[in-house]
Amino acid sequence: MTAAVAARRPVWSRPYLLVGILAAWIALWIAFRGQATLPLDGAELTPLHARIGEAADVVDNNRDSNPIFLYFFNYVRLFIDEFVTFVQALISRPSFGRPVPVVGWLGVVGLAAAVALLYGNLRVALLTVAGFVSFGLLGLWEESMDTLALTLAAVLLSLAAGIPLGIWAGLNDRFDRLVTPVLDFMQTMPTFVYLAPLTLVFLIGPASATVATMIYAIPPAIRITSHAIRQVPKETVEAGASLGSTPWQLLAKVRLPLAKRTIVVGVNQTIMAALSMVTIAALIDAPGLGKTVLKALETLDVGTSFNAGLAIVIMAIVLDRVTSAAGRRVEDARRAGRAHRPLRRRIQVGAVLAVAAVLVYLSHVYVWAAEFPGEADVGSFVRKGADAASQWAQTNLFATTNGLKNLITYGLLNPFEAVLTDSPWWLVLAVVTATALVVAGVRVAAVCAVCVALLVALGLWQDSMVTLAATLVATVLVMALGIVIGVWIGRDDRADRVIRPVLDAGQTMPAFVYLVPILGLFGATRFTAIIAAVVYAAPVAIKLVADGIRGVSTAAVEAATAAGSSTWQIISRVQVPMARGAVTLAAGQGLCYVLAMVVVGGLVGAGALGYDVVSGFSQLQLRGKGLAAGLAIVVLGTMLAAITKALQRRGVRKSPVTGV
Amino acid sequence: MTATSPAELPKALTEAEESVTLDVRGLWKVFGPRADRVAGTPLAELSRAELRERTGCVAAVRDVSFAVRRGEVFVVMGLSGSGKSTLVRCLTRLVEPTAGEVLLDGVDIRKAGDKQLRELRRHRFAMVFQHFGLLPHRRVLDNIAYGLEIQGQKKDSRYARAGEMLDLVGLTGYGESYPDQLSGGMQQRVGLARALAVDPEVLFFDEPFSALDPLIRRDMQNEVIRLHHEVGKTMIFITHDLSEALKLGDRILVMRDGEIVQIGTPDEVVGAPADDYVREFVRDVSRSQVLTLRWIMRPPGDGDALDGPELGPDVVIKDAVRTVLHADRPVRVVADGELLGVVSSAEILEVIAD
Ligand SMILES: Nc1ncnc2c1ncn2[C@@H]1O[C@H](COP(=O)(O)OP(=O)(O)OP(=O)(O)O)[C@@H](O)[C@H]1O
Ligand SMILES: [Mg+2]
Repeated sequence: MTAAVAARRPVWSRPYLLVGILAAWIALWIAFRGQATLPLDGAELTPLHARIGEAADVVDNNRDSNPIFLYFFNYVRLFIDEFVTFVQALISRPSFGRPVPVVGWLGVVGLAAAVALLYGNLRVALLTVAGFVSFGLLGLWEESMDTLALTLAAVLLSLAAGIPLGIWAGLNDRFDRLVTPVLDFMQTMPTFVYLAPLTLVFLIGPASATVATMIYAIPPAIRITSHAIRQVPKETVEAGASLGSTPWQLLAKVRLPLAKRTIVVGVNQTIMAALSMVTIAALIDAPGLGKTVLKALETLDVGTSFNAGLAIVIMAIVLDRVTSAAGRRVEDARRAGRAHRPLRRRIQVGAVLAVAAVLVYLSHVYVWAAEFPGEADVGSFVRKGADAASQWAQTNLFATTNGLKNLITYGLLNPFEAVLTDSPWWLVLAVVTATALVVAGVRVAAVCAVCVALLVALGLWQDSMVTLAATLVATVLVMALGIVIGVWIGRDDRADRVIRPVLDAGQTMPAFVYLVPILGLFGATRFTAIIAAVVYAAPVAIKLVADGIRGVSTAAVEAATAAGSSTWQIISRVQVPMARGAVTLAAGQGLCYVLAMVVVGGLVGAGALGYDVVSGFSQLQLRGKGLAAGLAIVVLGTMLAAITKALQRRGVRKSPVTGV
Repeated sequence: MTATSPAELPKALTEAEESVTLDVRGLWKVFGPRADRVAGTPLAELSRAELRERTGCVAAVRDVSFAVRRGEVFVVMGLSGSGKSTLVRCLTRLVEPTAGEVLLDGVDIRKAGDKQLRELRRHRFAMVFQHFGLLPHRRVLDNIAYGLEIQGQKKDSRYARAGEMLDLVGLTGYGESYPDQLSGGMQQRVGLARALAVDPEVLFFDEPFSALDPLIRRDMQNEVIRLHHEVGKTMIFITHDLSEALKLGDRILVMRDGEIVQIGTPDEVVGAPADDYVREFVRDVSRSQVLTLRWIMRPPGDGDALDGPELGPDVVIKDAVRTVLHADRPVRVVADGELLGVVSSAEILEVIAD
């Protein structure tokens, strides 16, 4: 196996070329250091930024006269605003002339528990009750309901659009080929960057937040539904067709029932994505827990942000468990032969709904059931506890955390950043293009050259390089973790059973909440953003590598063992090389996740492009620059994605592999 | 199937013309880009590999013609990739043929519109699949009733019919089970019952038993023979298993690379293979179990005593061994009082020896 891999490589093999490029870069860097680095001050604008800002003003001024806005965008906005406001009126906002929402806390808890019980089981119902009550206890009932209302609204709209589109994509190859790159783009783009353009179109408010959430949450719904439809065994569909089913009968009686279980997985992913994005939409003033976290992050108030972050985590766990249980139930219901006992089931459903209705009624009528009683204030304990823990950690763990921080800052981040930011822009252009040419071919090299040129044109060269440096450093760390832990749990079943649930849990958490404990540990620095990005991206990379290692055929491993290879030889000569497709995939996905988080890190001291975007939200005169920064992030993402995609296609060995 | 009484065979042959149910003429199926440019052009002369090289198209079925008689069990046999599944799917248009005609009682089903095609599938065809193709979320009874349900039949009548079918395939009492609670063989019985429930004229089988264990496979083959006797449907049966083909088929079509290599009765295929491909296929068959005396008799020689025992020409060799070896003179092969030839121990031993 390894012999075949080695034989395919040409004699003048690529690593030498890459080393050559690196050497030339360093040499030229020393010679031209500090020249043509295009610095730009924080408040400084280029003419382009000013022009973008003016264009945004034009949009603002013509919102009520331009026909596209008048007859399309404004209606979309109105519809979504109304819809969200309606959901909020039900559970989170005083409405219909009442001082409280239509359904108070008791009713919401009852309804949520009923849903969990009917679609899931008793265990998740109890979990739901505990989770919802804890929102109140943390003193965040209203914020939690705002988040829930926004999430529900976005999920309903996403599913209403996503499932039919997914079915279509599952049935029609041409449509599938058409939407796949669009979905790829939607998913690789850091969520951060489309917030500002959306507010330009839909104004600040529920509509922008909801549309932003939908952009993030629809792709899994479409993809997984399409996949679910496609994985229905061909013969079963043929059997239906051979008996003369109409296309509609085939869909309703064969395809959908067989795809249902997988579609529920898609619903789960859509909900989790929506929750994650709803919290980030706080940046454009979306109400709810995200906003509490954001405000606290801005003032570096660890206690408050931890308290709200905890509520987000609880909500994520409850939503995840309920939908997962619902997915399993689809399967179990069938096995248990539900058709045998329709009466019992009907009585059960009736009873549950009756209880829920009583609770809803109580919460509608009585104040004690409408407003969460304020006495039991667990929230302030949590806040104080988190503050104290953070204080303690920052003083007592200082040696450790600071050591780590310095190691990575001086050992990795600073050199990367120095080389990238102090190189003349044309040198970076040449190096990136040459590297892309060597590892990925002419077309990708052309794409990369255009991307670098665009970064220059956008006038945010230095910030882009700082962000790029942070992204690369974090990706290197992610891949190091990904390969070490991935190989470990890929080879060791016991480790896999212990670690995988942790990774799964990590993946369901909204990105935002990662910042909080890390901020508590390390304070607000560039480094915090990098660690947050590593924590955010590592689970994906680890899982992909582990699955790749597991996917290596046992025959190959057994053959190598039989030939007398040591464990180390099996890992380095057989398993990792054979899993290199998975490793490059992990690197690509890792990069995507890292970039998304590094820019969010702009909130906690990472500066650069993320910070530019954020200040674009908050300061009107910086709006043009913020929009340009968003574009720069997209350009960076496109460039990195183009390279990693090409690597995956070519199956070229990644350097981290040989560096294990 | 040598069991089809030899007496019936000649009669069926004389009525062959009007009793043809399914007549396939010049059928082509080409997969790939611009597939319709192949049939009827010089490209059609190329071999499958060459065609693929030149155009990127795969000719899964190449210019296939045959006729199936009413009530016949017609077996299509060939190695993996020879185009059997594609052929049978073309006959019901689950795969759209590229060229040719498929006449069902003289009407070309390729000309049927969507609605007509559905009607054909609802009432005249049914198919049994290799991996059963059952609906896991429905009870066995609902699976069997599926064809009737989509026709819009009332619940009572379709369950009544499904219940009958359940009994017919020997699954009485399993109506409430779900498919994954049954063994593979039982699941395929459900597939069979589902196909029979709509009372079709023609049944198609695409390797229905190759996913089953050998013992269960034999059971199911006997089941098909039994059902064929009971309901007498025309059956088109795909297999890659020669012994299955010989056991079930009235006639066998041997395919290679999408083309017909030979069509004939089981003893024709074994006794007179059309080429090396077929010869290779039938090499391991015990010829004495398939061939009849017709295949080994010789003209009576001068020294032959012609007062030995008498047997018909369609007696399988295996069944004649005892008689021939015990007789001290050659056995006479006689049909309608006419002496066709003689068989002696030498011929028998030669067949048994290889
Ligand atoms: N949808 C398709 N698209 C392209 N090529 C196909 C398609 N279906 C079948 N083929 C090709 O047509 C040829 C015949 O396939 P087919 O499935 O009919 O063979 P088969 O005799 O049924 O084989 P098996 O015994 O493995 O089922 C094969 O070379 C196959 O690759
Ligand atoms: Mg087949």
